[in-house]
Amino acid sequence: MATTVFKRPESMSTNITHYCPGCTHGIVHRLVGEVLDELGLRERAIGIAPVGCSVLCYNYFNIDFQESAHGRAPAMATGIKRTRPDTIVFTYQGDGDLASIGTNELIHAANRGERITTVFVNNAIYGMTGGQMAPTTMPGQVTTTCPMGRDVQTMGHPLRVSEMLATLKTPSYIARVAVHKPSYVIEAKRALKKAFQYQVEGRCYSLVEFLSTCPTNWAMTPSQSTKWLEDTMLPYYPLGEFKTPDEEE
Amino acid sequence: MGKKVLMKGNEAIGEAAILAGCRAYFCYPITPQTEVAEYLARRMPEVGGTFLQGESEVAVSYMLFGAGGAGVKVFTSSSSPGISLMAEGMSYIATAELPIVLINVMRNGPGLGGILPAQADYFQATKGAGHGDYHFIVLAPSSVQEAVDLIVKSFDMAEKYSNPVMLVADGMIGQMMEPVELPTFDEPPSPYVKGHEKWATTGAKGRERNLVKTLFLNPHEGQDHNVKLQTKYKEIEANEIAFEEIDTDGDLDVLLVSFGTMARVCKTAMESLKAEGVKVGMLRPISLWPSPLQRIRDLADKTKLVVSVELSMGQMVEDVERAVQGKTPVGFFGRAGGIVPTPDEVKDGILNLMKES
Repeated sequence: MATTVFKRPESMSTNITHYCPGCTHGIVHRLVGEVLDELGLRERAIGIAPVGCSVLCYNYFNIDFQESAHGRAPAMATGIKRTRPDTIVFTYQGDGDLASIGTNELIHAANRGERITTVFVNNAIYGMTGGQMAPTTMPGQVTTTCPMGRDVQTMGHPLRVSEMLATLKTPSYIARVAVHKPSYVIEAKRALKKAFQYQVEGRCYSLVEFLSTCPTNWAMTPSQSTKWLEDTMLPYYPLGEFKTPDEEE
Repeated sequence: MGKKVLMKGNEAIGEAAILAGCRAYFCYPITPQTEVAEYLARRMPEVGGTFLQGESEVAVSYMLFGAGGAGVKVFTSSSSPGISLMAEGMSYIATAELPIVLINVMRNGPGLGGILPAQADYFQATKGAGHGDYHFIVLAPSSVQEAVDLIVKSFDMAEKYSNPVMLVADGMIGQMMEPVELPTFDEPPSPYVKGHEKWATTGAKGRERNLVKTLFLNPHEGQDHNVKLQTKYKEIEANEIAFEEIDTDGDLDVLLVSFGTMARVCKTAMESLKAEGVKVGMLRPISLWPSPLQRIRDLADKTKLVVSVELSMGQMVEDVERAVQGKTPVGFFGRAGGIVPTPDEVKDGILNLMKES
């Protein structure tokens, strides 16, 4: 008897993504779809799309979606979750959207303990606008708006969002993961599932930060990108759980 | 209608939203409307509704988007500088055609300005605070009673047209106490927008998924969406122009055009002008957008002068001139900085303009 061992998650659509070769958005999308399916959340889920490369991410999911303005996704998610508490609400945001223009909305949603989940994709650069410096850009990293490399004397050091959110007293689940190798993907899915599970249980705000690649704007091949992420980003952005609601309870 | 009670404008505004079925209110404190928030912080939990103080007006505008996009009747109140911050979200809300309601209890500007009454957000309200070709329906009450009635009406209009509605009051209406009759309903209005199942995000259970968005990368789709919005705006213009006329029968020496608190001062000034033998009438726009341009144009035929009287340095007067189309001289009288002129000052101002014209 043939048994199905691998299939497209019901929570995803059949559309082909527009992402560049070597970009990790596709993997992260897939993990969101699998987790929604496995937890039986497809018919309760509402996603919020950001501004950035993943603005069209709703094309790849088969669930209700709202599309946000730059950085405001956590405020929109708050508006939905507070008035429709039985829904499962998540934001999908990149680092330009979340860590720059949207820090206020992010921090206050987390600090209020909104029962929402944030999928944070950090590739250390603005993708859609064509490779500009982000708050997460690495020291010395060349972008179109720091052509001599990021100078920490004038632009500060890369923002560690997960560590910053973990300092809040309000209980939350905050984890950083990577998806550039299969072993990391397994860990990433485990964290994402926990994040949604905490929301299902109504326990806390949850955020999973995915370290991601951007070969196009990093001006690298996909394999060079993976190596650069490993060598440059991983030491500065360590993986792991930074906060769990169990610590506070 | 229910029994008559004495209420502060801001509190009556909050209660009116609840009576209209609204069970979701997001806010950020700003004078002179903070009592709306304080009132609803206590009332919303009593009726099982949502009250949330956001981190900024910017965030609040997207909380409105989120809740409105989930098919919920949602409300906020703010004042001029706060509305400027909400302007970003307002463009998105109008584009996504979300039926949200908000009130601007206007204070004097520009900048931080002050906390006293003004009408200097007329341009912002009627010409579009945010980017792009869009309109909120804009209604201007001139008493606490009218504010209550228009809030109830706003939720119906927002639902009917899938369009946001903004009321513009001023600090005077927010802060003063007046007797009001609160509306009663045989059946309490629903906290959800009628027909939202077709478009709102509530979880795709037993239906195709719903998508609430404002991005149209394909230029033809973008143009089509603009045309769709403009078609709706034409329909609103055809159906929803509202105004009050006072003493406009027969030929006039002067026609006043004034709204909100300023119109009330004009009513008193009209008595003094009549006592001096001036034939004066007034058109009070209740809908600022759509504007009663055609009615002003018609009345311009039978008056020697039209004067726009405003708590600003002259904003609505541009629409009055647009309406009159040069057929009749148009004058302006206004005060700024939060000064509400006395009826005598208005009378003298009108008499001076009559001499000049």
